[in-house]
Amino acid sequence: MTESVLRLDHFNFFIGENQILNDINLKFQRKKVTAIMGPSGCGKTSMIRCINRMNEWVKNARVEGEILFYGKNLFQMDPILLRRKIGMVFQRPNPFPTMSIFENVIAGYLLNGIKLSKTDKERIVEDSLRKAALWDEVKDGIHRKGTFLSGGQQQRLCIARALAMNPRLLLLDEPTSALDPKATSHIEELIIELKKTVTIVLVTHNIAQASRVSDFTAFLYLGELVEYGETTKMFTVPEDKRTEEYLTGKFG
Amino acid sequence: MKKSSLKIRHAKNYLFIGIIGLCSILLMIPLILIFYQLITLGGKSINLTFLTQIPKSPGESGGGIYNAIVGTTLLVALASLVSIPLGILTGVYISEYQNSRLSGAVRTCVDILQGTPSIVIGIIVYTWVVRPMSQFSAISGGVALGIMMLPVIIKTTEETLGLIPMSLKEASLALGVPYYKTILKVVIPTGFSGILTGILLSISRVAGETAPLLFTAFGNAFLTYSIFKPISAIPLLIFNYATSPYEEWHQLAWGASLLVVGMILLLNLVAKGVTKR
Ligand SMILES: Nc1ncnc2c1ncn2[C@@H]1O[C@H](COP(=O)(O)OP(=O)(O)OP(=O)(O)O)[C@@H](O)[C@H]1O
Ligand SMILES: [Mg+2]
Repeated sequence: MTESVLRLDHFNFFIGENQILNDINLKFQRKKVTAIMGPSGCGKTSMIRCINRMNEWVKNARVEGEILFYGKNLFQMDPILLRRKIGMVFQRPNPFPTMSIFENVIAGYLLNGIKLSKTDKERIVEDSLRKAALWDEVKDGIHRKGTFLSGGQQQRLCIARALAMNPRLLLLDEPTSALDPKATSHIEELIIELKKTVTIVLVTHNIAQASRVSDFTAFLYLGELVEYGETTKMFTVPEDKRTEEYLTGKFG
Repeated sequence: MKKSSLKIRHAKNYLFIGIIGLCSILLMIPLILIFYQLITLGGKSINLTFLTQIPKSPGESGGGIYNAIVGTTLLVALASLVSIPLGILTGVYISEYQNSRLSGAVRTCVDILQGTPSIVIGIIVYTWVVRPMSQFSAISGGVALGIMMLPVIIKTTEETLGLIPMSLKEASLALGVPYYKTILKVVIPTGFSGILTGILLSISRVAGETAPLLFTAFGNAFLTYSIFKPISAIPLLIFNYATSPYEEWHQLAWGASLLVVGMILLLNLVAKGVTKR
């Protein structure tokens, strides 16, 4: 039995009067990839933003229930330390425009004032960029600005930036929605490689992608968890009618 | 029928473009005339002596405005020392908390401050600083100019930071960077060129101010580097010398005018260059 790294327990999320997530109960298994699927606006992004507490910056946002990270209530932890353990890659690439590619990768250390030796820096940068399948493309211009890269390269740079912090949990919000098929397959290989060491939550609209890389899938609909289970099983014999309709392209 | 009405419309368009173009050219004429006048009258007084010597006694020829150049530099430096950090931080606050009641109040104050006549700022600083110190001084002049620099810095900072996308801040926060470090190390550096433009424009605005210095820096015919003594400034020197009866001093005033306008022009060009980057 694998243990759960993260558990949502009767979790509700509100913005103002709107209930965005409704009584979610969900376990994320250690060193597995869990795909979050569902039609646009169903609350996928909101859910993963609750996990690293980014929603605390949203006005009138409020949570009910618990999220347990390694068994401890995440809302009682220091959000700063929590976010260093939980990496996040956003739906749209957001490299730091003032920093070079090199600096972007180690931005988590630079901005937090964590001192690294020159060799450590170079090692972390190369490792992270290799993992994000970007090293070969940028190694000759590593001190150029990160914003000169293409959209897909920027997204991989953001993945490298998250990996550089050695997170225990990685939240990926449609990481390949801006990428071409080649870069997408790089990222998918990367996800499969990464799950040897980290637990991954992957938001995706791409059914083929979910079936290629994820072990478990959670299906959200209008803020509710409709179905959760092993990906292979859910994709072949979905239990809920709404899941089936989504998978066969009837909506979403 | 259709064709001719189209022609009329075209003609109207050209006429309109012609009129606004002409207005723009007319606007440039006084500016060019001002420069022409300054260069013909003040150009010949600008030389090394002018920049490095203090004024001679009335009637003697030669001498320069070194004391006023030092004074203006010192006054602007003192003004910047307080108004730049204060202005940037205030700008950060009102752009971060756009809808708070305090931000609303600050914005109103900034607008009022911007509209306050500089002479009024001069007498207020006179009561706040000069009276308690019983002394005209560079400090009081710096305070007056600093107050005048604030609105420009605050507004440009707010406008610049308003353009920075939320996603950039989130990128930093998601890496476990505390909020204050995110502001200092991500938001402000990203908006740096815009903020710098604001600073340069605010300096160019106060460098030529005379009124707020009349009861604060006061002016000084001699050279001083002390911030506790009355000090000269280029616009004060222009005022005093232009109203004096001596021809040599009139010459210096013209030269000083050219210098200060050239400086302001340069600052504006640099500010433009910074914005482009
Ligand atoms: N800052 C906000 N203020 C108010 N409502 C919000 C905010 N952010 C999200 N919502 C609402 O929350 C709901 C869920 O949004 P969310 O971004 O989580 O959807 P999503 O499943 O990620 O969709 P997509 O697939 O399009 O990315 C939507 O109805 C949206 O309108
Ligand atoms: Mg989303």
